[in-house]
Amino acid sequence: MTEVVWQPSCELEQLQQRAKMLTLIRRFFSERDVLEVETPLLSQATGTEPQLDFFSSEYHRHPESQTLFLQTSPEFAMKRLLAAGSGSIYQICKAFRNGESGRFHNPEFTILEWYRVDFNLQKLMNEVAELLSAVLSISSVKKISYSELFFQKTGLNALEYSPKTYQAYALSQNIPDAVTLCEDNHDLWLDFIFSHKIQATLSENSIYLVYGYPASQASLARINIDNPAIADRFEVFVNGIELANGFFELANATEQASRFEQEINFRRENKRPSVVKDSRFLAALNAGLPDCSGVAIGLDSLLMLLTASSTIDDVIAFPVNRA
Amino acid sequence: MARYSTNEFKAGLKIMIDADPCAIIENEFIKPGKGQAFSRVKIRNLKTGRVIERTFKSGESVDGADVVELDMQYLYSDGQFWHFMVPDTFEQYQADENAVIDSMKWLKDQDICTMTLWNDAPLSITPPNFVELTVTDTDPGLKGDTSGGGGKPATLETGAVVRVPLFVQIGELLKIDTRSGEYVSRAKE
Repeated sequence: MTEVVWQPSCELEQLQQRAKMLTLIRRFFSERDVLEVETPLLSQATGTEPQLDFFSSEYHRHPESQTLFLQTSPEFAMKRLLAAGSGSIYQICKAFRNGESGRFHNPEFTILEWYRVDFNLQKLMNEVAELLSAVLSISSVKKISYSELFFQKTGLNALEYSPKTYQAYALSQNIPDAVTLCEDNHDLWLDFIFSHKIQATLSENSIYLVYGYPASQASLARINIDNPAIADRFEVFVNGIELANGFFELANATEQASRFEQEINFRRENKRPSVVKDSRFLAALNAGLPDCSGVAIGLDSLLMLLTASSTIDDVIAFPVNRA
Repeated sequence: MARYSTNEFKAGLKIMIDADPCAIIENEFIKPGKGQAFSRVKIRNLKTGRVIERTFKSGESVDGADVVELDMQYLYSDGQFWHFMVPDTFEQYQADENAVIDSMKWLKDQDICTMTLWNDAPLSITPPNFVELTVTDTDPGLKGDTSGGGGKPATLETGAVVRVPLFVQIGELLKIDTRSGEYVSRAKE
């Protein structure tokens, strides 16, 4: 008989560090009058983003049964609160992404997500840097635009796809498999090069704020008002680890519905599980989302950085293989 | 042969890459926040021994490689092929020079080796971790020197040349670690 592993995979010290980190975060927001909220983990709709795979469950509401999704992020529900006039809010909750498992990923993980009413992207980026500096005791903050960073590290223009130069770069950098894998998909090229060649170089114990993502990777961010080639979206990297993703939030319900539509089509064409548009979220946008910026931080990754851990299993008591 | 999706990738899995059988050494899941997820794997080509890195889109599938490892007894070499036998079934396999290139200098009749087979054809041979081989040639050591310091080269019955202590004489049986290629001790006959 095989031995049953019941013990946690992390040390007690990591649990203490997590508790300390959560206390610090709650104090940070309480000092700034940002309201802590809770939203459902189980919901009748979920995000359409084709790169995110969800868990679903059956709710027995006799005599019928209804599919409920475990949330891949609390975004939609939190925006409904914003539309209802909550003012700035934050939440610390679990999020679930099917199939994501690895050194930096567990399918169930902890998210810190917050929204600041009347903050533009710059202002929110500053606040993110403040919080991370406080948690990680890192004072060096570097802000750089996505395209500038891309050019610095690779010599490539991230905003304009040129098959020849991209392919030549891949061959010269010993990643020839990029050519066959990415074909002529510009976004795939950007994801491939960024994750294989750029991310790891964002080290030196600095908080890197990378902003101005290509418009094709806008997700739920607004397109920049002065430059339609980029979106008002940023990401944060510390010592090669991706920590956070933030937007100047898209508030236009029509544009949001059409982005949903595109993603639903993409899911259909690529035979991914189908989802429906979250009608309650769209109705909230229709009613009016205040101008706001929002960001989500992976707290398990943050704890990995804080404790210099090399795998996520070292900072979670019971990762999926022990859950 | 079965196909494997990237979420089944793990160290030790044998898959086909560029028409060659390979073994996964390491698999890393990479997921840009809002982008495509990848599996970055380090793989060893089982034919050439070379280690390469390869990236797959998450969810992509590849063919498994029909690779098995069997314990076999080494019988003899006829100069062109090296002959092995499965002790239980007496089934015989002949390996060509490519398959034994790294191990031939440690192969001694009767020893049990591990043969890696791909589609039932020998791919490589791993000798036992320790073998006992007779010294066929070495310089005579200085009389009375038993310190073991320094050392000298000695040729063994299989043709392998290893560094041995000065006191070792022609005709002696030595224990050798095949992984490092180093002398361990004198062996009892």
